[in-house]
Amino acid sequence: MGLDFSVIPKYLDIVLIGALWTIAITVGAAVVSFFGGILLAVIALYAPAVVRWPFRVFSFLFMGTPLLLQLFLIYFGLVQIGIDVPAFVAGVVGLGLHFAVYNSELFQTSILAVDKGQVEAARTLGLSRMQALRKVVVPQAIRDVIPPIGNNMIALLKDSALVSVIGVSELTLSAQRAIGSTYRPFEFYVLVAVLYYIINLVMETVLRHVERRIQVSR
Amino acid sequence: MDYELMQRVFPYFLEAAWTTILLSVLTAVLGLACAIVGASARFSRFAVFRILGAAYVSVFRGTPALIQLFILYFGGPQIGIQLDAFEAGVIGLGLNAGAYMTETIRGAIIAVDKGQKEAARTLGMSRWQAMRNVILPQAMRLMIRPLGVNINALIKGTALVAAISVVELTYTAQRYIGSTYKPFEMFLIAGVLYMIIIYVVGLGIAWADRKARII
Repeated sequence: MGLDFSVIPKYLDIVLIGALWTIAITVGAAVVSFFGGILLAVIALYAPAVVRWPFRVFSFLFMGTPLLLQLFLIYFGLVQIGIDVPAFVAGVVGLGLHFAVYNSELFQTSILAVDKGQVEAARTLGLSRMQALRKVVVPQAIRDVIPPIGNNMIALLKDSALVSVIGVSELTLSAQRAIGSTYRPFEFYVLVAVLYYIINLVMETVLRHVERRIQVSR
Repeated sequence: MDYELMQRVFPYFLEAAWTTILLSVLTAVLGLACAIVGASARFSRFAVFRILGAAYVSVFRGTPALIQLFILYFGGPQIGIQLDAFEAGVIGLGLNAGAYMTETIRGAIIAVDKGQKEAARTLGMSRWQAMRNVILPQAMRLMIRPLGVNINALIKGTALVAAISVVELTYTAQRYIGSTYKPFEMFLIAGVLYMIIIYVVGLGIAWADRKARII
């Protein structure tokens, strides 16, 4: 069986809609992983031991196991405890939590790297511990950590292909649907690879731009 | 928590863990081989090789590993490449890991002080001699830890071959979650086995890193 790329136009709309879903999942999971990462970092550094330890174990487990396995746990686990969420939500939560754990490591390092004098100055000015953390320390920590967080988000885009296995109809799964009716896996998977590559390039360009903007403001 | 069930299925997970280990080892070896070729291409005197090397890294890092596996395994037969799922897994994951490792090796070589190369060239060494006798020995030390990070990611990445039905840890967990409806128990068994593998490999990397240090 040779190659025949002429089958693509007929199914192009299905695949492109899938690409939009991939973008939606990536953005959703990126937001979850960003704020989740900050929250986990603050808990890991400042919460009392009773709260801290369960989160440590959770982070340890999520750092040491494959994303695919975690997606199965979240998708089927939620169903088991009686929460029947749509696959899309399970996908966003799974991807988001996975990368939140990785982002949290970055945030922890950068929070600790913020000069101690900053906290002392804020406290002297009458800010509470929480206020100092929220208004002085975290904003500075975020600025320093944008480039590596950006790299994690690019990794997240590529890993979003995995949510196809729990039935989220994003780019990969929509290609599989098209393949189901055409039996042309090579053509459609190459098309999908090209689309991922383009989204990836756009994301990288945007991130480089953001990085430059941050450097200027120093 | 259903301990009795966990005990009953554990032997099957253990068997699957061996497949995961075998996959990881083969993928790491193939990945390193690709990375050595890739990094050599990126430092080549000839622009063609430099461009090919850069294209390899860009394409394999710019698209999902899962799609690369699917192209190879499902699309391969259309262009005359017949592989079973395990072979496709090793080759697909190895090519993917090779792209990341190429960048690691390149980074380590660039990180060696420029003066070292200049001094070697001044002493009359050829480009190749300077690379082999002066730069690479220093770069090797720098690349052990980051290669360890690559290998760590690669071990977790082997889970992807579950999607092309290779019976390894994640596939086994998925199958038992489907038949027993005990996702947490199955996740725990597979997760602990993954972490043991990663921990042992981590010890090996740390040992190599200690050995390679001068001071």
